[in-house]
Amino acid sequence: SGLSSFALAGGPVDEELVIDGETQITTRTKAAEGVPFEEVTSGWLYRTEETRALEADSFQNPGMLYVERGEEIWNTVDGEAGKSCASCHGDGQEFLKGVGAAYPKWNAKAGKPFNIELQINQCREDNMQAKPYKFDSADQKALTTYIKNQSLGMPMHVDLAQGDMQSWWDRGKETYYTRMGQLNLSCSNCHEENNGNYIRADHLSQGNVNGFPTYRLKQADMVSLHNRFRGCIRDTRAEFPAAFSDELMALEVYVTWRGTGLGIETPSVRQ
Amino acid sequence: LALSAPAMAGTVAPGDVVFADMSVATSMTGETGDPANGRKVFADRKKGNCLACHANTDLKNELFHGDVGPSLDGAGSRWSPEQLRAIVANSKQVFGDQTVMPGFYSLVVGKDIAKEFEGKTILSAQEVEDVVAYLTTLTD
Ligand code: HEC
Ligand code: HEC
Ligand code: HEC
Repeated sequence: SGLSSFALAGGPVDEELVIDGETQITTRTKAAEGVPFEEVTSGWLYRTEETRALEADSFQNPGMLYVERGEEIWNTVDGEAGKSCASCHGDGQEFLKGVGAAYPKWNAKAGKPFNIELQINQCREDNMQAKPYKFDSADQKALTTYIKNQSLGMPMHVDLAQGDMQSWWDRGKETYYTRMGQLNLSCSNCHEENNGNYIRADHLSQGNVNGFPTYRLKQADMVSLHNRFRGCIRDTRAEFPAAFSDELMALEVYVTWRGTGLGIETPSVRQ
Repeated sequence: LALSAPAMAGTVAPGDVVFADMSVATSMTGETGDPANGRKVFADRKKGNCLACHANTDLKNELFHGDVGPSLDGAGSRWSPEQLRAIVANSKQVFGDQTVMPGFYSLVVGKDIAKEFEGKTILSAQEVEDVVAYLTTLTD
């Protein structure tokens, strides 16, 4: 392409992700009808060899500590009702198998889509008489990571036929293609038009969500999906909508749908 | 110092910049640009951050050059200074509305601009002139 050697060469790698030599993760799959790619690809394929190796080995993956912490929380009594998650749902590994892969889900009571964080808070408030977690509290991230990890390798999917999901999808799509901020950029400008290119040192993936919450080496911490949305929106120099606001829940529904069929990777490792 | 006030007064406001034939004919401040400062503004992540999207051999000591846009090697041979001024001030006037390159001296921005940037351009008119002066040095 005539690029000088210090400009990095692009494109997702042609590698397979097999965690601990056992669990095969779908990192490429034929895009669902209507998704503007032929193939949807996981962000894992755009990371360096070292970062990819960290995710493939659960003993080395720092995100696994949060999975362990999440399991502890699952089994710990909290709130006025004197209950733990396990009091009602029993063994987490059994109850949660596949649950996280199907979120966001329509919540009839709230009349909006729920992600795992909102479902946890509903159970804490209604069923445990405990306070809802504050956005991005350590326990919220650990419990969410644990729940999603119970769907490791299972295909991500959303059911748009439930409730009013379709209109939330519509709204999320509109946000995805809206130019925002002083830099005047939309999600699609970076993750669709420039997928595979480098923006400075960052190799642009399709911006899929199958690895969230994700362990980010830069932050040395778990990063929730709405925190990632905030980072991307902030980079355009736009105001950031509140976490779990209708705008970001709609965006989560839409972006999750774009990655339909990718295997859940939580806790994924990213730079 | 007494001279800087009239120079400021001569600065064209972002909305008044005249684009014709993909060019902006004259300096937006009445002053000539300073290529040395332009090189700094080009590389500064908080200012031009041009390396986010463009490779540029002249700055090869800076790590990581993006490839969202074309390499700027030889840009000063491909484009006239008037065209470069138009590209940097508001690339949409040259490449069309679909371009991902931001307008560096334009108030036509995206939705929900962050409060701290409201009513402000990414670069000042003089910084654009300086970057343009620098770009003219990138010849084949
Ligand atoms: C200015 C460029 C830019 C814009 C605009 C942008 N992003 Fe990103 N985004 C990035 C970069 C860089 C990364 C980190 C590398 C990667 O995975 O692409 C990233 C990562 C992500 C990830 C994590 C992917 C993974 O595998 O871990 C998601 C999800 C995401 N972006 C969603 C969005 C959404 C939704 C929007 C619009 C609200 C958006 N981005 C707008 C640059 C951008
Ligand atoms: C007192 C009983 C009770 C407790 C304690 C409880 N839950 Fe629930 N949970 C429910 C009920 C009932 C539902 C289904 C209706 C609803 O959403 O309230 C549910 C639904 C869920 C779901 C959705 C399952 C699906 O298939 O979509 C998840 C996930 C969940 N709970 C997680 C948790 C977690 C995590 C905790 C602890 C923080 C917890 N629950 C504590 C009763 C409880
Ligand atoms: C977010 C990405 C991005 C940033 C930041 C950016 N550009 Fe660009 N630039 C582009 C793209 C993309 C093109 C190609 C035009 C198109 O396809 O829309 C371009 C084209 C150009 C061209 C014409 C290139 C040629 O050789 O034909 C010049 C000159 C230029 N940019 C200068 C700059 C300068 C100077 C800066 C910083 C002050 C800058 N750009 C910042 C994306 C960017």
